[in-house]
Amino acid sequence: MTRHPVAPSIAAAAVLVLATTGLVGYARATGPATPATGATPEQPPAQKTEAVRPSYTPPSDSDIPSGPFGDMIRLGEAIFHDTQHNAKGFVGNDLQCSNCHIDRGRQPNSAPLGAAYLLYPAYRTKNAHVNTFQERLQGCFRYSMNGKAPPLNDKVLVALESYAYFLAKGGPTGVVVKGQGYPKLKAPDQPADYDRGAKAYAQHCSLCHGADGAGQKSADGQTVFPPLWGARSFNWGAGMASINNAAGFIKANMPLGLGGSLTDQEAWDIATYMDSQERPQDPRFVDSVAETRKRFHDEPTSKYGLVVNGVLLGEKSPPSGTISAAD
Amino acid sequence: MLLLGMSALPVLAADGKNTTTNAMPPGAASCSPCHGKQGEGQPTTAVPRLAGLNAQYLERQLAGFKDGTRKNRIMMMIASDLSDGEKKALATYYANMATTKAETAPADAAVIAAGAKLAATGDWSKDLPGCAQCHGAAGLGVGADFPRLAGQWAVYIEKALRSWKSGDRKTDPMGVMANIAGKLTDDQIKSVAAYYESLPVAAPAHASETKP
Ligand code: HEC
Ligand code: HEC
Ligand code: HEC
Ligand code: HEC
Repeated sequence: MTRHPVAPSIAAAAVLVLATTGLVGYARATGPATPATGATPEQPPAQKTEAVRPSYTPPSDSDIPSGPFGDMIRLGEAIFHDTQHNAKGFVGNDLQCSNCHIDRGRQPNSAPLGAAYLLYPAYRTKNAHVNTFQERLQGCFRYSMNGKAPPLNDKVLVALESYAYFLAKGGPTGVVVKGQGYPKLKAPDQPADYDRGAKAYAQHCSLCHGADGAGQKSADGQTVFPPLWGARSFNWGAGMASINNAAGFIKANMPLGLGGSLTDQEAWDIATYMDSQERPQDPRFVDSVAETRKRFHDEPTSKYGLVVNGVLLGEKSPPSGTISAAD
Repeated sequence: MLLLGMSALPVLAADGKNTTTNAMPPGAASCSPCHGKQGEGQPTTAVPRLAGLNAQYLERQLAGFKDGTRKNRIMMMIASDLSDGEKKALATYYANMATTKAETAPADAAVIAAGAKLAATGDWSKDLPGCAQCHGAAGLGVGADFPRLAGQWAVYIEKALRSWKSGDRKTDPMGVMANIAGKLTDDQIKSVAAYYESLPVAAPAHASETKP
């Protein structure tokens, strides 16, 4: 069977139809470098689609084979968990892949790696060609990691791809499985609000991520709580800079270990607050903030290019792609 | 044998500069029968090592003993007799101690390895994060809220985890540790405690900035 990925973003009914009739050739609406912003359109209640999705369990660590291929899988896992040390030359902030893809890319509802692998290669309307999984990974480095993309077939990408392939074992190719992506929350009852978000942030998040969103380090200088905004976080082009993605991630996974404890409204409010702060510039920046908004951020889910609290977001962004020579 | 501590000597700050001598506050003499002259605690009786723990963390625990959010009869009586100023002075005194760790017989290597794995990656089938995700990869702690575990006595760590399970300790912000401890099996408690006892205490938690 050829691979015909079903976009996670299409309507519940469509998923049903596709899943049951095997309709093919549906263009993947979201994808690699997709800005983030507005990459994922508004969703119908996620539960309906979730209910019909097949589930599978990724194999455990002990199933990694021995030999050169197993070594490559293990390297991929090491890169994913400790990107800072194992893919240093491509990282321009203080994050790890596993900061946003919990449990080293295994946790359902935190865009698990195996479930993603099952959906590639995929056609993307955005760049109008069929994207490989490696191209998807390149986007992660450029945006989420605020770094630069490793060249195709670079060992870093081969290792990550091997690890994802391993995690996908036993899953149905070309099918959206349970827990894929981040949950798509229903639109909030009240419009999401920055001030309510600020209060809820102080109550539920600042203990770990700091009142200034800069995260916290251990006594040995290692980042323990990753920065949510500012120069050392993901940039404006990243998926997490899109309020709907952030709300879904936060609802399912934060506060750490207490996922699911916030209301949807709190998740939307906090996501709005978090994604209304300055962060590294969108690497696709063209001409001006206004033009960049028009091209890549013209969605209600992005605050880029809008004035929040008297600040034009994007105007004073720290530079993107800052690969640190130090540490 | 316990190694000689350094509390009487000038304390070296992270930048290598000499800071003022860590003068012993008057109340400290009453602590040393249990916590040791160098704040080293006791390996077998669940009296914790205090040396090098974050000062604000220690102060907060003393307040917890006093107001009953942390139940322990002895420490409650002791903490109730301390003024706020004395609490602060004692907390700072112990935080500034760079006492090295006494050698104890190491636990079984397989037990330590199981603890190391749990500490690093958790057990997400139970939505249990790794300890390292809050206490740091080397167990050195983060800021004033997440205490250092590295080099703490296993017997005490086990007791602390059980006190959250039984509801005797409610000092944790947002209830995070009660949530964690509630998901741990007895075997996991034993192995993770053995693992943290096996780690070096390294630099005192206050020696470095906690903000990037
Ligand atoms: C700041 C958070 C963050 C970091 C760090 C991060 N990602 Fe992601 N990742 C996201 C978001 C948000 C999405 C978009 C999910 C969606 O659209 O449903 C995503 C999507 C993905 C996908 C596609 C998932 C799917 O199901 O379609 C893959 C694969 C992926 N990331 C891999 C990585 C790798 C590899 C790294 C490290 C190099 C990384 N990510 C770092 C937030 C992050
Ligand atoms: C108990 C500590 C703790 C609390 C409280 C907490 N987080 Fe996190 N957060 C973490 C840790 C640790 C990670 C990295 C997870 C990993 O690597 O497994 C993380 C990761 C994240 C990430 C992805 C990485 C990044 O830097 O962008 C976001 C976004 C996030 N948290 C937002 C929040 C929000 C919003 C709240 C409040 C609702 C919150 N967190 C509360 C500890 C915490
Ligand atoms: C009779 C023995 C004894 C004496 C004397 C004593 N302690 Fe304790 N202390 C303990 C025990 C036992 C615990 C562990 C309590 C528990 O399990 O909750 C403890 C715990 C503590 C803690 C909590 C440490 C942590 O890591 O959370 C602090 C702080 C503390 N003591 C400070 C002091 C100070 C300061 C003094 C002197 C003024 C003192 N103690 C005197 C036995 C003693
Ligand atoms: C979500 C964050 C988080 C995680 C994960 C976490 N801890 Fe903690 N831990 C804390 C906080 C916060 C405190 C301080 C509690 C207080 O102030 O009383 C603490 C305190 C402790 C203490 C008390 C130390 C002392 O000196 O009394 C022990 C022991 C401990 N943790 C062990 C663990 C172990 C073992 C794990 C992994 C199984 C773990 N923690 C995972 C947040 C966390």
